[in-house]
Amino acid sequence: MKILLIAESREGKVLGGTYELIAFAAKMNAESVMFLVGDESVLPKYDGKLYLADGKTVGEYNPDVHKQLVLDLIAKENPDMVAFCHSSYGWDLAPRIACTLKAAQVSEVVDVVDGVPVVPVCNSKLRRDVKAKTAKTVVTLQAGAFGLSDEPSGTPVVEKIVVTGGGRVQFTGYEQAASGGIDLGKAKVIVSAGRGIGKPENVAMIAGLAKALGGEYGASRPVVDSEWVEHNRQVGTTGQTVTPKLYVACGISGAIQHLAGMKKSEFIVAINTDKDAPIGDVADVLVVADLKQFVPLLTEKIKSL
Amino acid sequence: MKILVCIKQVPDMESKFKVDAGGTWYAKTDLAWRMNEYDEYAVEQSVQLKEQVKDADLTVLCIGSDQVKETMKKALAMGCDRGAHIADDNASGKEPFEIAGIIAEYAKDKNFDLIFTGMQSQDRGSAQVGVLVAEMLGLPSVSTVVHFAYEGGTVEAKRELEGGIKACVKVQAPVVITCQLGMNTPRYPTLPNIMKAKKKELLSIPVQELLKVDSRQETARIYFPEKKGGGLVLEGDIAEMADKLIQILKEKTAVLA
Repeated sequence: MKILLIAESREGKVLGGTYELIAFAAKMNAESVMFLVGDESVLPKYDGKLYLADGKTVGEYNPDVHKQLVLDLIAKENPDMVAFCHSSYGWDLAPRIACTLKAAQVSEVVDVVDGVPVVPVCNSKLRRDVKAKTAKTVVTLQAGAFGLSDEPSGTPVVEKIVVTGGGRVQFTGYEQAASGGIDLGKAKVIVSAGRGIGKPENVAMIAGLAKALGGEYGASRPVVDSEWVEHNRQVGTTGQTVTPKLYVACGISGAIQHLAGMKKSEFIVAINTDKDAPIGDVADVLVVADLKQFVPLLTEKIKSL
Repeated sequence: MKILVCIKQVPDMESKFKVDAGGTWYAKTDLAWRMNEYDEYAVEQSVQLKEQVKDADLTVLCIGSDQVKETMKKALAMGCDRGAHIADDNASGKEPFEIAGIIAEYAKDKNFDLIFTGMQSQDRGSAQVGVLVAEMLGLPSVSTVVHFAYEGGTVEAKRELEGGIKACVKVQAPVVITCQLGMNTPRYPTLPNIMKAKKKELLSIPVQELLKVDSRQETARIYFPEKKGGGLVLEGDIAEMADKLIQILKEKTAVLA
């Protein structure tokens, strides 16, 4: 089997998901070649052939051009599978390739069992085994599902692809995340609020527990989207990735995007009314309770220690 | 201007799910149903665009059994002008390529200037349909949009990337936009608008008339993942649990030292 790995770079840097593609190819016992729109001075560590298009001339986001480059490469290399990260880049580009290639696209693969891709359903509450009916397949891989066992190493054999031509979508620049005074990355303790806090007034309760523990408070995406907590406190793929000594998840069910941002915390406590919530999979301790009763009581007890 | 917004009805994700008799999807009984969260942002954005350009006709499309009409009525009450219900009792058995094929077949001769979809559904979560619709119709598309502005045929959008970074893009309509959470603040339908929505056109079209593509994949099996947590579960009296938790934090972490 041969897999075409679609690597990613942003602002000239290779993104970490690229190494998960390599780990995936190893797990599949497949030979691989890699494609990257990036910068030749910052190459992924990879023992294999890398087709490189210059990000400055192509544009790091230019779906029409990237699509054509990948299709041209598929025609040349004839891979059985094309693998993307399940990321803002991958989920944008993969369907464009799959559509033209007449290939099944299996999204957000978390595992492969006996050659069959496994994907999550309903916020990871369920799993599906997926059977492709097409000869070629396109897959996107969930972040963190296929970690490298060793430090990445190797030097790719680079073949440059020269590109001309524009596209219909014009990239005009990046907008950096709003930076505030809060660097959750430095906090030893983070207490996070999820949808389960119920109403914005309860943020104070979460902040109170964080203060009692000498830490900061954070939030999951729905709480930030509801504007109960500012974005610079958001934990998860589109917020911050944190690794505190203690992470307390209050009323957070555990969407994959949230777990990706906190599961490497040293010790995780979850407070949730739903014993089966996916957050339980990563929690060292799951307290099955109504957080509106439990959190104030816990805060008082910690204060009086 | 003609606008299409595509929505899906999904179960509340807090529901207790069960596997159905066929073993290839979740059982549809005993669930509370609602509009896919991502699609609420798509509906809101399409209604805002209609209000901005004034002379616009906004169609909401949904594929499913008669049950999905309830969710369509919410979209109509939010401000969509008419509903296109693609009647299909086996919509959950269709994979993203088929769903996109149905939508593209519906849209192909209707000259929509803007098509909005959610960036993914909460249940299947493939994140494919919107982009596939654009590919099938030969239109450009911008996915994962958290900011949208339209002026004189030009769309300025911001895509949400990892780590809170956004990519700013410009594109000419007609275009397909897939909407990310937090793009706007979806409105609650008011009672007068709920009443008005009851009089709006809601046409049902049999799915057979629109399904012209073959499926490219199928679900072999659906099941509950093995619990790999192995963490300690505390249940019972909250005061006892609090004491126990403090004890554990003292033993296992240095934060209470």
